Amino acid sequence: MSTLLLLVITGLGLGALYFLVASGLSLIYGLMGVLNFAHGSFLTISAFLGWEVGRRVSDGTWWGLAISALVGIAVGAIVAALTEYLLIRRLYERHIEQALVTVGLSLATVALFEGIWGTDPIYTEKPDWLGQTTEILGAKIPNDRFLLIACALLVLGGIVLFLRRTRYGLIIRAGVENRSMVTALGIDVRRSFTLVFAIGGAAAGLGGVLASVYYGYVSAHLGSTLLIFAFIVTVIGGLGSLTGAAIASVLVAVLQQFANFYLGGTGDLVVVVALAAVLLVRPRGLMGKVA
Amino acid sequence: MSEPILVVDRLAGRIAGQQVVEDVSFEVPATGVTALLGRNGVGKTSTIKSILGLIDRTGEVRLAGTRIDRLPTHRIVQRGVGYVPEDREVFGALTVAENLRLAERDARPRRELVEQLFPDLVQRRAQRAGTLSGGQQQMVSLARALVNENRILLVDEPTKGLAPKLVDEVAAALAAAAKTVPILLVEQNLHVIRKLADRVVVLSGGRVVFTGAATELLDDEDRIRRYLGVHDAADAVENTGTLEETR
Repeated sequence: MSTLLLLVITGLGLGALYFLVASGLSLIYGLMGVLNFAHGSFLTISAFLGWEVGRRVSDGTWWGLAISALVGIAVGAIVAALTEYLLIRRLYERHIEQALVTVGLSLATVALFEGIWGTDPIYTEKPDWLGQTTEILGAKIPNDRFLLIACALLVLGGIVLFLRRTRYGLIIRAGVENRSMVTALGIDVRRSFTLVFAIGGAAAGLGGVLASVYYGYVSAHLGSTLLIFAFIVTVIGGLGSLTGAAIASVLVAVLQQFANFYLGGTGDLVVVVALAAVLLVRPRGLMGKVA
Repeated sequence: MSEPILVVDRLAGRIAGQQVVEDVSFEVPATGVTALLGRNGVGKTSTIKSILGLIDRTGEVRLAGTRIDRLPTHRIVQRGVGYVPEDREVFGALTVAENLRLAERDARPRRELVEQLFPDLVQRRAQRAGTLSGGQQQMVSLARALVNENRILLVDEPTKGLAPKLVDEVAAALAAAAKTVPILLVEQNLHVIRKLADRVVVLSGGRVVFTGAATELLDDEDRIRRYLGVHDAADAVENTGTLEETR
């Protein structure tokens, strides 16, 4: 029982991390049809700059972590908005060029990060409590998983509120369904494109800082590693569906944890098999639109 | 006669590199309903989309004397061009109220007019538009255009696929709207055209082949047969027959 609980809660923690990356990917694809391969770079730069500022303010404390998170969110939002404004905006409806640009940006930024921070992981400090465990029904749960889950729930709640309660949210929800009709109602839908990139980048930025807490290090490849799973989650959840991304994040991460434990570390393989199965049985994903 | 509200001059439109509107020129007067007619596939919907900039186009389009053909679609609409698309295109995942709120661009949207014209929508405010019947969705689509003070409405096949009773309701709503705003109407139902249209513009082969008073066309069986492909023209006009289907 304690093992099951441990696997479920650690899976939820990992799923929370996947969701922070996948939520932005899903919204961006849903509204703009852009498969953003540079999303991992938003996460990595946020993790590095968050860590750089946090450790200078107060390394290994809650205060330092809070500053890191705020910096990560701001950096992620700004870098993503600039990427949309400077690179993607000219390439809407040109999917091959979009993919080339975002893949190129992803590769170039990894090289840039390696040039600045080196190729080896840099181990980070975190508040003592996050390095400890809490016993629940006999299972010793690493405390950082609770932080990840709480942050992902806050982000999910925040995005849902934004989408349901604001005019921009209304425009985004309508744009995901029929972008040209939104334009035909006299709305400059491109303005909301930048906003969606910024929101996705902010979530990825927070994800970057939390990933450094989860893994205990920052590295130039942090984003690209998580991006692969975030894409899998986004496809399984249904491209463009935030709810689908949330559900798939949990399913994929829990499945991965169970497979790693019971099937000899085959978690990654099982996730890829699950992706193949979903694509064969339900190509639009769990909650995606019918093409 | 007053200055036309819309002037279309040598308009050509392309979809995916294929020419769908060739060389269309016509004017829409500042009052009443102008019907844009033609057989299926002649480019009526594409002409409307070209005017709005929803597809690639060349040529000139003037709204109240000002060129709008270089503006993006949202700016054209902001200048007072309301659009009711073919197949309604309501946002199915949004509620009726959200569909209408999204369309409101005036500081003082005409909610009372919409409620008066479409009382059924008031009761269905919280219902998702995707769960409405075809007729109700058409009401939402029309309401989205009427909630703002427009200078012209471009209405594309509003009665398509509707039951006769609903066709009459839509026609009545359009007749009420036409009292306050000029309408360019694409319509297949000759009965509705007879009821609403003051003038007609007929397209054939991507070009304009006839422009004139609606009665001039509708009273001339030979023209109806030649331009619209309707064989029993009198029956089609008097009843609810549509172009092509009465052959």
